Amino acid sequence: MEKIIQHLQGTFDVKVVKKQRDDLYFVTVGKEQAIPAVTYLRDAEGFTHLVMITVADWMEKGVFELNYIVHNYELHADISICTNINREEATMHSAHHLWEQAWTYQRELKEMYGIDFPGSPRVDESFNLEGWDNIPPMRREFDTLKYANETYFPRPGRETHDPAAYMKQKLYPDE
Amino acid sequence: MEDKKIFTDPDLTKRTVIGPNGEDITVDPIQDYFCDALPKKHEPKRAKIFESFFNWARAESIWVLGFGTGCGSIELYPLLTPRFDAYRFGVQMRPTPRQANLMIISGYLSVKTLKRAIRSYEQMQNPKFVMALGSCTINGGMYFDSYNTINRLDKYMPVDVYVAGCMPRPEAILAGFEALKKRIKAGKAEGANLYAENFETYKKNQKKIIRDWNMPDYNW
Repeated sequence: MEKIIQHLQGTFDVKVVKKQRDDLYFVTVGKEQAIPAVTYLRDAEGFTHLVMITVADWMEKGVFELNYIVHNYELHADISICTNINREEATMHSAHHLWEQAWTYQRELKEMYGIDFPGSPRVDESFNLEGWDNIPPMRREFDTLKYANETYFPRPGRETHDPAAYMKQKLYPDE
Repeated sequence: MEDKKIFTDPDLTKRTVIGPNGEDITVDPIQDYFCDALPKKHEPKRAKIFESFFNWARAESIWVLGFGTGCGSIELYPLLTPRFDAYRFGVQMRPTPRQANLMIISGYLSVKTLKRAIRSYEQMQNPKFVMALGSCTINGGMYFDSYNTINRLDKYMPVDVYVAGCMPRPEAILAGFEALKKRIKAGKAEGANLYAENFETYKKNQKKIIRDWNMPDYNW
C-alpha cells in the first residue's frame, strides 16, 4: 500500500494523504487529476472495483468533497480519491467510461446535490424523486423540516422531549 | 379527467399499430385500458337485515393486497405463519388489487410509493378498506421532517384502522383486524364511499405532492 501511495504522489499532484487504516487511505487531489488518478488505480494498480462515489457537503468552505472509493481484490485494500469542487457551479468530469455503475451514482448525485456530470448517460433523468422542482434536497441549505411542514400536512400535537430528562421525570418524579 | 395532455408516458400515447393480418389498428391506451368514469357512492341496501348480512360476510373474508411499503411489510409475513396464523380470522393475501378488499399501508410512504399506492387503491373493487400500520402513517413518525415521506395518510386516502407502534407486532396487527371487523359489521367502514364523496379534495392533496402526475385521475 505504501508503495502505491508513493506512486500516486509521484505521478499526481497529491495534496493530502490520510491513513485511516492499513488498508484504507484517503488521497486528496485536484479536480482535474481525480479521474486520471482513479483510472491509474484501476488500470495499473488493480483497484478494479468501484465501491462508491459519494460526496460530503462542506457548506462552510463552499465546496463539495467528492470521494471515489476503489477496492483491490488482491490486497483487500481501499483507496479513496477525494477532490474538492466548487459548490456554486458544481460540475465534475464523468467517470462513466470507467465503470458502468458510475452512471447511477452520478445520476443520484445530480438529483440529490445538483452536481452535474456532463456526458454521463441518463444523468438528467430523475432517479428517486419524480418531478422534484425545488433545490436538490441533500444540499445543506435545504430546510427539510420547513419543506415537510409546508408540504405534508403535519398533524398537530406532536411533542418532543429530551429522552433523559423525560424518563427521569417519569421514573423518579420525587428526585 | 379533464386534460388528456398530462399523460407524458409514451406507452399511453395514441398510435397506430399493424395487426396480424396487416390491417391498421388505432390504439388509444387511455380510452382502451382505463375507464374514465369517476368513483360512485354505493348506497347500502334498503333492508337493514341484508346490509348486516353483507357486512358480516365482508368482515369474515378480509383479503389483503400484497403491497408492502416501508419496514412494516416485514411484519406481515409472520402473520401467515403457523405461529400467528391470520388465516383463522379469514385473512389471506391476494396478489392483485382486483381480488383484494383490504390495503395495508405498512409504514412510511414516500411520494414515489404513494403514487403507486393510490393507483393500486383505485383499482380495488368496492367495498375496500385501508389499514395503516405504524406511527409513520399517523403523523410521520421518525420521518416527520423528511422531504419525501408523507406525514398523514388520511389526507390522501381514507383510512379505516390505524395500528400504532413502531413497528406494531403481529399481535397488534391481529388486534387491528379485529377492530376492522367490528367497524365493518357496524357499517362504519365506508372508506370507499368517503373517497367517492370527497374525490376532489383527495385528488387535490395527492396532486399537490405528486408533481409528475402521468396517470389517469381515476383508474379501475
